[in-house]
Amino acid sequence: MTDEPLFRVTSLSKYYGSRVGCEDITFDLWPGEVLAVVGESGSGKTTLLNCMSTRLMPTSGTAAYRMRDGTWRDLYRMSEAERRFLMRTDWGFVHQNPADGLRMTVSAGANVGERLMAVGDRHYGNIRSTAIDWLGRVEIGEDRIDDQPRAFSGGMRQRLQIARNLVTGPRLVFMDEPTGGLDVSVQARLLDLLRGLVTDLGLAAIVVTHDLAVARLLSQRMMVMKDGRVVETGLTDRVLDDPRAPYTQLLVSSILQV
Amino acid sequence: MNIQATDIATYNFAYLDEQTKRMIRRAILKGIAIPGYQVPFASREMPMPYGWGTGGVQVTASIIGPDDILKVIDQGADDTTNAVSIRAFFKKVADVAVTTETEKATIIQTRHRIPEAPLHAGQVLVYQVPIPEPLRFLEPRETETRKMHALEEYGLMHVKLYEDIARHGHIATTYAYPVKVEGRYVMDPSPTPKFDNPKMNMSPALQLFGAGREKRIYAVPPFTKVVSLDFEDHPFEIQKFDQPCALCGAEQVYLDEVILDDKGGHMFVCSDTDHCEKRREDGHRGHMAPENESRASPSSSAGPSPRKDGEEEAPTLTPPSPRPLRGEGKGEGQHQTFEKSREAE
Repeated sequence: MTDEPLFRVTSLSKYYGSRVGCEDITFDLWPGEVLAVVGESGSGKTTLLNCMSTRLMPTSGTAAYRMRDGTWRDLYRMSEAERRFLMRTDWGFVHQNPADGLRMTVSAGANVGERLMAVGDRHYGNIRSTAIDWLGRVEIGEDRIDDQPRAFSGGMRQRLQIARNLVTGPRLVFMDEPTGGLDVSVQARLLDLLRGLVTDLGLAAIVVTHDLAVARLLSQRMMVMKDGRVVETGLTDRVLDDPRAPYTQLLVSSILQV
Repeated sequence: MNIQATDIATYNFAYLDEQTKRMIRRAILKGIAIPGYQVPFASREMPMPYGWGTGGVQVTASIIGPDDILKVIDQGADDTTNAVSIRAFFKKVADVAVTTETEKATIIQTRHRIPEAPLHAGQVLVYQVPIPEPLRFLEPRETETRKMHALEEYGLMHVKLYEDIARHGHIATTYAYPVKVEGRYVMDPSPTPKFDNPKMNMSPALQLFGAGREKRIYAVPPFTKVVSLDFEDHPFEIQKFDQPCALCGAEQVYLDEVILDDKGGHMFVCSDTDHCEKRREDGHRGHMAPENESRASPSSSAGPSPRKDGEEEAPTLTPPSPRPLRGEGKGEGQHQTFEKSREAE
């Protein structure tokens, strides 16, 4: 880790009319750090994520990103072309529903290769071998490369989506409930895989989840949101073992014990 | 515009009213200024169904003048339903000379072929386009595809070619093969066979594309670079035929397969009927050409049927009725101005 953050959010707010989406969010994210944003549904997690990933324009506040050349850029002042380029090279976005993040009607190989072709790779052989390599890393067999994601199970689709996002070697990945809707054994393997990839590649990630177990496994730092505001923030273990805000205490004590 | 006081309904020269033609010409000029860019235009209802060339007919109607000579082809042939009706339409509403000879035509409206004979400067090729958006089947949202064109995000186009190779081992797209125009816009060359793609590159003729249902016009000005997309290790290739035309013996031309009977009999003949007939008049013979024919007239009824000879004389036909009204004053003036600007191209 370096001394300088990778991503910096300053008093970010988003209002839907008079309703609050999220309000006055401020934090820094360092390279290689995984930050979990937790809270119940309707607490503004996804609004915050969409604002940070420029899929949504905030009402006020700024978000800055340190580019590969070390310069800081204000995300909301970048041109759309630059933003979209950033999103498909240096960033990744893993949707809760893999169908939103994948092209369901083209093969798995093309799904992984699309980002490469978008940045100008024009050699079929290279694209294909990179795709095979990435499918292997996310535990999808090479023989499935020409199958469409429609023929994949939920867990496989999610892994394919992750491969598609990571193929250009991004530095920052946004994840929206990456394990939502998967059964527990599949969830466990996916988390294992994600943890491995994040450590191996030194990715920074912002993971939005309502599942505290996912947050504990993946993240180093945690932000608890309620009604659009951050109620508590700190190291994941500290927040979960010694919750201070009343709402966090409620949240932690609500975890079902098996 | 002076309308004669008659009981029968009449219409303007070349069917469309002058304001509509102005609007379409404006779209055409914009299209020429930005090669390959799809210009939206207010497409009109035409007296034919969508899919029959309403876009091409509107473009032709907007650029045609009384001195133009029109040729219409449908899949290369001058004698199929679509070509015959559109030719008859303009003969009737614009009283223009028509021809089937590529060489003599000033405007060639085409459905899915580029003539084999090289085009020359001053000619205009008008394409009928069903779906102008090359990215459509990969990205259904129009807002998104327009953004992709604007930002030059064409990675998706290669995804389609990748899929072809992954599935078939080679690029299996044979028509509507995507091209990049002048290094900027990716364009659908309408469903012409990819055999014709190289002819679009640096063509001396002006190429205009009209999509009536989708309400788009785009253009490739003369001498513009048109490059077919491909991969470094799977370069673009045109179709190859392992036998020459059965009627005229031509090689290196695009051939149609014609079924002769229900016992598997078939022949390959030139898709460009004008080219084929010219060659036979020059004495070229394919292996299935009739022995004793003197002029273009293959005896086989299953082969491409010959044109009625009457059509050749079309330029001297008597004026059709109802008599088309010629625009006067302002309208006429605009028309001539446009003609001049087109000749200057």
